[in-house]
Amino acid sequence: MSTEIVSKKIYFVIWASLMVLLFVTWGVAQFDLGLFNSLAALTIAIIKMLLVILYFMHVRYSSRLTWVFAGAGFLWLMIMITLTLSDYTTRGFVRPYNRVLSNWQDKNWNHLPGDKPMEPRPLP
Amino acid sequence: MNETEAVPVPAPAEVEENYLSAGHTVRSWLLTTDHKRIGLLYLFSIIFFFAIAAVAAAIMRLELLTPPGDLVLSATYNKLFTLHGVIMVWFFLIPSIPNVLGNFLIPMMIGARDVAFPKLNLLSWYLFMAGGLLALHAIIVGGVDTGWTFYTPYSSRYSNTHTVEMALGIFLSGFASILTGLNFIITVHEMRAPGLTWFRLPLFIWSHYATSLILVLATPVLAITLLLMMLERIWGLGIFDPRLGGDPVLFQHLFWFYSHPAVYIMILPSMAVVSELIPCFSRKRIFGYKFIAFASMAIAVLGFVVWGHHMFVSGQSVYAGMIFSILSFIVAIPSGIKVFNWTATLHRGSISFETPMLYALGFIGLFSLGGLTGLFLAALAVDVHVTDTYFVVAHFHYIMVGGTVLAFMGGIHFWWPKITGRMYPEKLGQLAALVTFIGFNLTFFPQFVMGYLGMPRRYHAYAPEFQIYHVLSTAGATILGVGYLLPVIYLLWSLRHGKKAGANPWGATGLEWQTPSPPPVHNFAEVPRVTGEPYDYSPQEEEKKAEDDHA
Ligand SMILES: [Cu+2]
Repeated sequence: MSTEIVSKKIYFVIWASLMVLLFVTWGVAQFDLGLFNSLAALTIAIIKMLLVILYFMHVRYSSRLTWVFAGAGFLWLMIMITLTLSDYTTRGFVRPYNRVLSNWQDKNWNHLPGDKPMEPRPLP
Repeated sequence: MNETEAVPVPAPAEVEENYLSAGHTVRSWLLTTDHKRIGLLYLFSIIFFFAIAAVAAAIMRLELLTPPGDLVLSATYNKLFTLHGVIMVWFFLIPSIPNVLGNFLIPMMIGARDVAFPKLNLLSWYLFMAGGLLALHAIIVGGVDTGWTFYTPYSSRYSNTHTVEMALGIFLSGFASILTGLNFIITVHEMRAPGLTWFRLPLFIWSHYATSLILVLATPVLAITLLLMMLERIWGLGIFDPRLGGDPVLFQHLFWFYSHPAVYIMILPSMAVVSELIPCFSRKRIFGYKFIAFASMAIAVLGFVVWGHHMFVSGQSVYAGMIFSILSFIVAIPSGIKVFNWTATLHRGSISFETPMLYALGFIGLFSLGGLTGLFLAALAVDVHVTDTYFVVAHFHYIMVGGTVLAFMGGIHFWWPKITGRMYPEKLGQLAALVTFIGFNLTFFPQFVMGYLGMPRRYHAYAPEFQIYHVLSTAGATILGVGYLLPVIYLLWSLRHGKKAGANPWGATGLEWQTPSPPPVHNFAEVPRVTGEPYDYSPQEEEKKAEDDHA
């Protein structure tokens, strides 16, 4: 429920910035930044997303209640990502009690690229 | 309870046409934007889908009478339980209470003339039907055998059945869910009658508000997940298939991020109905109003952080399993609060056992059993023992049939006089409620036992020692079928021959009872003004009235 009337100029400015950012995404992809590849891509994506939400979707000019609902959307996305990663980042933290299964996991489980193979911990 | 107790209705309202007599053409139904008519469109549609899924269940129960697979092929059996699951979950349970009773009642309960976006409301029904018919088409051209969960990589690579059409049908009906949730949220925020503050709202509204939040926040994830599955099947995208660098467990994470909250999409509206029935037939103000209201919100939020309890044996890390296990125990607390508060409402109430109340009491018992066995499943070690057994099947049927279906039936009976303007035959109603309760327990209680003993789910042939439980279960399903058919017959009969109901046959509080039955097109002749708390029942007065009647 926006109360202000947004001038057309702002829409064009936002659109132009989105286009610029699109080329920046492409440009950054031309260089291998190692670990920073994802970081750079995600940063640009988040800026683009914020521009769309704040200006094209009028959240910037909307009531606090709208902000709460828009914020809830992000919070829920974060819940999904965090708890999903709580699985992926902790595989192997708690080792199976069963020695055969544990040894099998050490031999067969793929580790993420760049991971050092885990030191086998003493079993009870 | 009789018609003389009806609240007097302002005269001008009687002049206005009611919503049923306002138009009799097919067009007047298919192009309606009246929330009451859309509620009824949903009612007919979900009964249609329920019937199809119930037939699939009946064939499965027949097959399971004997240990060998002698009635249907194993492949057919796989298609039957997939059909049953998909149709029951997405085309009956999820829309059942919110889209029928919610659509009909939410505007009336808050003193509004319609929902915030009536045209979106109609669009939602069309999307639902498009999705449902697409799913039906997938069944007719050969069916799907993945189970309602569509686990990858089976669904995205190996299954030779029509998974894409089926998933597309669910995808479409998801948009119907989102539109409904959005509509309800905005309606409750913007369209409450003057004086109707948040804490004067009926708990029906609170629960539906919580449900709508889940619909809006969870359903998009289901849509994305199914879309990725379809794209993987069509173009080999490589999100879930390990051969293409994907991860099948990721599908389960995304799927259950929607599908556990979906359980609360089914159960919160049931709690909404029960919170109306219990105080009305106890003639007592509900106990702990704010606790119940906040418990609904707590369920909506906490329901999102427990999904991993479906994945204890999926290869998920044990550490994540432990977190999800603890969180699942926590989500039981608000449900427990509700059960205790309903019970406390009964305490010292002047209870009567009309049909809706029988269903509500049945709900409390069966939901408690379903919820408590859920705690068995949330415990890591026990879950490993009973994963993929009939114990799980029994548990979720206690929640979905014992919970949602019973509450739905209770709600339909309670608001039937409001919807149609006619009373149903009370004695037959009570009989049907009892038959349903007995049939239900006979069907599903033996499944707890055989599940614990090791009977796996989704098998059409089994070891002979389980036969006795299957025979009991099939016998119960037959009785349950009678319990479902009886209301269909006498409710249809009541449309023509039922006693005329007054505006308020139950002497209930709530704005929907202050307008004639059936309600006029615009619900209220004058926008009502709310000055007091909800559930203003007082047993003392009732007792006094009863004594006076006696004398
Ligand atoms: Cu769950």
